[in-house]
Amino acid sequence: MIKVGAMLVFFICCSTGGEIAMTYGMKQVGEPEGFRPMALLRFIGKAMRNGWVWFAAPLLGASFYSLLILFSWAPLSVVIPASAFNYVVGTFGAKYLLKEKISVKRWLGVVMVCVGVTLVLLTGGS
Amino acid sequence: MSHEHRLRIKTLLMVLLMVVCANAGDLMLKRGMLQIGAVQISGPGIWHALLSTIHNGTIWLGIFFLIGFTLCYMTAVSWADYSYVMPAGAFGYALQTVLAITILHEAVNAQRWIGVILIVTGVLLVGQTHPNTTEPSAAVTP
Repeated sequence: MIKVGAMLVFFICCSTGGEIAMTYGMKQVGEPEGFRPMALLRFIGKAMRNGWVWFAAPLLGASFYSLLILFSWAPLSVVIPASAFNYVVGTFGAKYLLKEKISVKRWLGVVMVCVGVTLVLLTGGS
Repeated sequence: MSHEHRLRIKTLLMVLLMVVCANAGDLMLKRGMLQIGAVQISGPGIWHALLSTIHNGTIWLGIFFLIGFTLCYMTAVSWADYSYVMPAGAFGYALQTVLAITILHEAVNAQRWIGVILIVTGVLLVGQTHPNTTEPSAAVTP
C-alpha cells in the first residue's frame, strides 16, 4: 500500500509539473498560424525549439511510466480516483506558477470535476 | 463572430479531440499492460517490463493516440489557460458513461450518475469562465 501511495505521489508530481512546464513553454511558442499542414509543422518546429517543452518531456515520460506501473500494481478503481487529485494540484500550479486568474466559479468547477471523476471511476466506469 | 466566441469554439473542438485520443490511448495501454503482467520492482524486472512494452503492438497503438492527445493539448494551451483546458478534458468520463449506456446497454448506478452530473456541471462552470486570463507576454517573460 505504501509503495502504491509513493508511486501515486511521484505520478502526480511528474504529471502536474510536466503539464505546467509544457503550458509555460507553449505560451512562449504562441498559437499556430492556421491548421494547414505547413502551418502545423511550423508550429511543431517552434515548440521543439522551446526549452520548457524539453523540460516537460522527461517529466511527462516519467508520469507515463509511473502510470503504467500503477496500472500493473493496482486496480483502475484505486489508481484513477487518486490521480483525479491532479485537477486540484494542477489548478494550484496554474494559479501560483502560471499566474492564471482562478475565479470562484472555476475553482468550484475544478472541485466538482475532481469529485465527479472519482465517483464515476469508483463504479468501474473506465 | 467575436474573438472570445472564436476562442471558445476552437478550444472546445481541440478538447473534444483530446478526449477521443486520451480515452483510446488509456484503453490501449490498459490492454497492453494486462498482456504484459505485473511489473516487478527490481533491475531485471524493470528492464523486462521496458522490453515487453517496446515489443507490444497494443502499447504502441496507445502511444500513437497519446501523441495525438499531447499535440492537441499543446495546441489548446498555446491559446487557453491550463486551468481551463485540464478540467474540460474530464468530459471524456461523462462521454464514456453515455456510450456505455447507449452502445453496451450497461446498467448505470446512482453513484455513477451523480459523478457524471458533477463532471458535466463542473465542465460547464469552467467553460463559462474566460478561456485565457493571462496576458501572453506578461505570463511567460522568463
